[in-house]
Amino acid sequence: MSVMTSAAVPPRIALVGNPNCGKTALFNALTGSRQKVANYPGVTVERKIGHFVSPLGRRVQVIDLPGTYSLRARSPDEEVTRDVVLGRFAHEESPDLLVCVADATNLRLNLRLVVELKRLGLPIILALNMMDAAEKRGCRIDAAALSAALGVPVVPTVAIRRGGVQPLLDQIDGAVALAAAADAAESPAPCCSPCGSPNGWSEPSSRELRAYHQEVEGLLARCVTDAGLPPVATRRVDAVLLHPVFGLAFLFLVLFLMFQAVFAWAEAPMNLIDGAVSGLKDWVAATLPDGALRSLLTDGIIAGVGSVVIFLPQILVLFFFILVLEATGYLARAAFLLDRLMGGVGLHGRAFIPLLSSFACAVPGVMAARTIENRADRLATIMIAPLMTCSARLPVYTLLIAAFVPDRPVLGGLVGLPGLVMFALYAAGILSALAVAFVLKGTVFKGAREPLLMELPAYRLPNPRDIALGLFERARIFLARAGTTIFALMIVMWFLASVPGAPEGASEPAIQYSIAGMIGHALEPLLAPIGFTWQIAVALVPGIAAREVAVGVLGTIYALSDSGDALQSSLAGALAASWGLPTALSLLAWYVFAPQCIATLTVVKRETNGWFWPAVMFAYMIALAYGASFVTYRVASALL
Amino acid sequence: MSGQSFPETGQRPGGRHLGELRKGQRARVTGVDETAVVTSLPEGELERRMIEMGLVEGSHVEVLHEAFPGRDPIAIRVNEHTLALRRAEARAVLVAPAA
Repeated sequence: MSVMTSAAVPPRIALVGNPNCGKTALFNALTGSRQKVANYPGVTVERKIGHFVSPLGRRVQVIDLPGTYSLRARSPDEEVTRDVVLGRFAHEESPDLLVCVADATNLRLNLRLVVELKRLGLPIILALNMMDAAEKRGCRIDAAALSAALGVPVVPTVAIRRGGVQPLLDQIDGAVALAAAADAAESPAPCCSPCGSPNGWSEPSSRELRAYHQEVEGLLARCVTDAGLPPVATRRVDAVLLHPVFGLAFLFLVLFLMFQAVFAWAEAPMNLIDGAVSGLKDWVAATLPDGALRSLLTDGIIAGVGSVVIFLPQILVLFFFILVLEATGYLARAAFLLDRLMGGVGLHGRAFIPLLSSFACAVPGVMAARTIENRADRLATIMIAPLMTCSARLPVYTLLIAAFVPDRPVLGGLVGLPGLVMFALYAAGILSALAVAFVLKGTVFKGAREPLLMELPAYRLPNPRDIALGLFERARIFLARAGTTIFALMIVMWFLASVPGAPEGASEPAIQYSIAGMIGHALEPLLAPIGFTWQIAVALVPGIAAREVAVGVLGTIYALSDSGDALQSSLAGALAASWGLPTALSLLAWYVFAPQCIATLTVVKRETNGWFWPAVMFAYMIALAYGASFVTYRVASALL
Repeated sequence: MSGQSFPETGQRPGGRHLGELRKGQRARVTGVDETAVVTSLPEGELERRMIEMGLVEGSHVEVLHEAFPGRDPIAIRVNEHTLALRRAEARAVLVAPAA
């Protein structure tokens, strides 16, 4: 009978545990690549689900829940863990089985959560993960005694070793069969309310929390015969990496290498993508007859989606660094080192990671802000993330610098003037972000900062499989977005830029007669005080979809037929001939601030559950952009 | 019960808290009392978070690292794990020098 039920609905197990307990490694070991990431309805926390076939041939669904120290959720991530475990999501009962994952090298803290979860009355298996590391330290845990004392099965696992999860698989089979039988016996009638779900859960008081600790102390006294040595290596490494001087120097070295890699490693694949996109464009152009369809395909869809996909290599390199730094345990140290410095403008140490990601693209940056528990801290971080110079601004910066900044050595030949200007643009972004954060935290998001209470996990070597799966997931999410939202936007933008078409015998480029051209011309008087020509105004309209699109549009307006690097260099010449330096500087200042990225605004809408914050972001960034451009243009005009 | 929060709250004369320990100092936690700390959290929340992170009566702590500037935040060893927190909030953890 239980076989019948399990054939109809595969049993669902959930992995629960502290952060850094190796839960995701265990999830990857169980499911391999048979996993997918989606969002929970209504919230934007990622929902990782996979499945595997147990030794007895049973198909089992696994959910990897965000790591937490307690069911009393503090962040949106932790709320998901609580709500899934308690069966609070609509159309989703409590899992049939909880697999509590505990780091065997840090049993005291990990068992605390197990004791709390045990109160729920759901079937539980305790997986003592990283048993190899615990044994290496001379730690002796009596699993049988622990199992007897806790009243739940206890299995040692080594998620990163081949075959290291076999005992867990065997145990899951037994437990699932037991749970199904119990279910069938308990509720012969079809049950609509969650059967045996922990409805009666309420937040434990501090008194109960202390009682859990007492219980854990009792368990440890009975079941751990030798506590082993503390992680000496981690402590020695931290003596350097958390040093007030050497630690900060090392952090900046890591950041420097990371940026270097984002640009150096990504260059070759980006050229490949660029070549493939223009190849595809040429092929479509040669195959289809001239007309609206060809224009939509080549200028709209292929060029538009291609201009976004080209950033995939940079995003992957950036995420490679972030995943490796996270897996080693260094990211928490970076937050520790920077907490006081970021606190100067009211930001949390954890804001460091989202802001760092935003240098590649604000979209993953805004999403990474989820790890910040406090809503005000999180919103402040989200609001300044787009001020970090993302890689989409680079084509514009490169173009304008090539056109207007003479390549001459400064500071005694140490750096070139173009490099210095580029650095100044990055610095302008960072400094204005800090200033905005300072103002926000002093006004709208007033109040004491969220406390910092962060575990610094022992250093570990990252597991290549986990890094590879993480990167694969990032690539898929990014490409899916390029294939849906951005795809749709590109069609809209193409429509604006090509309808209505140019009249017979028109001498000007077609875009000038289109809706985008009309909007651009209408905007011109508004943009004249900051030195923008009508050509710039027209380019800014489709540039709303994505910043770098403006370069292509300028190319169209100046009636150039080149593409890629050739477009950049010939366009630079055309621009240098037709714009004054104040206009160019003004446009650079505009690009430091302007919120020209629909993808960012939509992700902010998703993350904040409404249009209010994206509207605020758009308004304040436009105001900053206009102000900065105005000042730049006026000062430059007066001086030059 | 052992869970009762300490009735003799406030800064007891001669009582020390985790926030004033310097690098290398060891201590034993004697109580958690958040009344001395200004926080954005609801009442009782900081105390519960401290307990959840292992800062509970009887825990052994040692200050391992101090950040820059102002020797804040601090990284402490709590029994077997390491925790980063700010000195301001560490005031809530009352300690006695380790024997």
